Amino acid sequence: MPSNLPTQQGISCEIDQQAKAYAASGAVRHHPPRDYPPYRSSLLRHPRQPLVPVRDPEAAELSGPVFGATDVTESDADLTRGQAGEPLGERITVTGRVLDRAGRPVAGQLVEIWQANACGRYAHRRDRHPAPLDPHFTGTGRCLTDRQGRYCFTTVKPGAYPWHNHTGAWRPSHIHFSLFGTAFTQRLVTQMYFPGDPLLPYDPILQSVTDATARSRLVAAYDHDLSTAGDALGYRWDIVLDGPAATRTEGSRP
Amino acid sequence: MSPLPTPSQTVGPFYGCALPSPDGHRVAPAGHPQAITVHGYVRDGAGSPVPDALLEFWQPAPDGSRGGAPGSLRRDPATGGHAGRDGVTFTGFGRVATDADGHYVLHTLPPGGVPYLSVCVFARGLLHHLFTRAYLTGGQVAEPWLAALPAERRATLLTRPEGAGVHRFDIRLQGEKETVFLAFD
Repeated sequence: MPSNLPTQQGISCEIDQQAKAYAASGAVRHHPPRDYPPYRSSLLRHPRQPLVPVRDPEAAELSGPVFGATDVTESDADLTRGQAGEPLGERITVTGRVLDRAGRPVAGQLVEIWQANACGRYAHRRDRHPAPLDPHFTGTGRCLTDRQGRYCFTTVKPGAYPWHNHTGAWRPSHIHFSLFGTAFTQRLVTQMYFPGDPLLPYDPILQSVTDATARSRLVAAYDHDLSTAGDALGYRWDIVLDGPAATRTEGSRP
Repeated sequence: MSPLPTPSQTVGPFYGCALPSPDGHRVAPAGHPQAITVHGYVRDGAGSPVPDALLEFWQPAPDGSRGGAPGSLRRDPATGGHAGRDGVTFTGFGRVATDADGHYVLHTLPPGGVPYLSVCVFARGLLHHLFTRAYLTGGQVAEPWLAALPAERRATLLTRPEGAGVHRFDIRLQGEKETVFLAFD
């Protein structure tokens, strides 16, 4: 690994500084700032100009794409099936509800997930972490939410893996989620983390959410009632989509 | 009490097996006579191509309807793989990953009722997606917020004609000619 990378101590120090600056600002910020230097890849990939507000009730972004039965297959929500054998690792169930800011369920919308295997390796050619690939695990899944906004996946717990942000950088175990609401403005891509993971405080991507309460909303809850006997450990994680919901009914005209 | 939002996190570098589909860029039904092409490059603050950006496009149908239609990401229940679009339905939604040159191509139909395509940008290094718009009207836009922008900023939202039915739209995440990104909250 090149020696010009910062150390974990240096990155942790920067994370602390960012947290203190946020606390001192007195503001409440639910999302990470796009300019977050401890996550080095953000340096050249965030705009320096402020976002331009669009307050137009006729904006096309207040409607959004829809998905249906043809966009998923029934087995897509079970990442442990569909291969020649069972994947290695700890079987888990991840379930929860997708809601909008008003607390209404987001029904019939697409939820997509992707993750590393139990050893911390993605089935992706650019992942150079020398942990074994699992021939029985692709790590991708999708489903549509039901009428109550519920989703449910069966998978294996992803492993932690090293990355090149700094020396000693390890991503905590996480599952990537992609979500759609009733409007394009509600689009969300995020990551779900596991409770009690000792790597959480060291990770600049999670810590980019400088508000501790907001950060806690990225960590699933272990739910023993979901841990069905001899099958899978249960985690519960509800998701709330930000941004305005659709302002008109589907297919309606101005 | 209304629930608080789930924070955004970066899409990271490894979404490639989960999100893109081989014909995600073919929003226009096959062989449609009104099809247009929008293409361009995504670049970072150093002017380097961004080879791992994911762009999503959303738009009304040519008749102005905004309901969209399922079928942008059809799956094959026999193989578990991609089934592709049905070639007839206009879903209004496109999804394209940039290539090693930071380049993307979208084939679609002209939007009805509005002069723009909505664009959502995801990338490794980008902790929260960015919205922008690709205006197809050659600068004839009446929206007050757009008219109020300095000309060089406004220009980043306007596609450039490149021959019949081909429009160029580059995205610069930072720095010189930085794209105007939008907030809807």
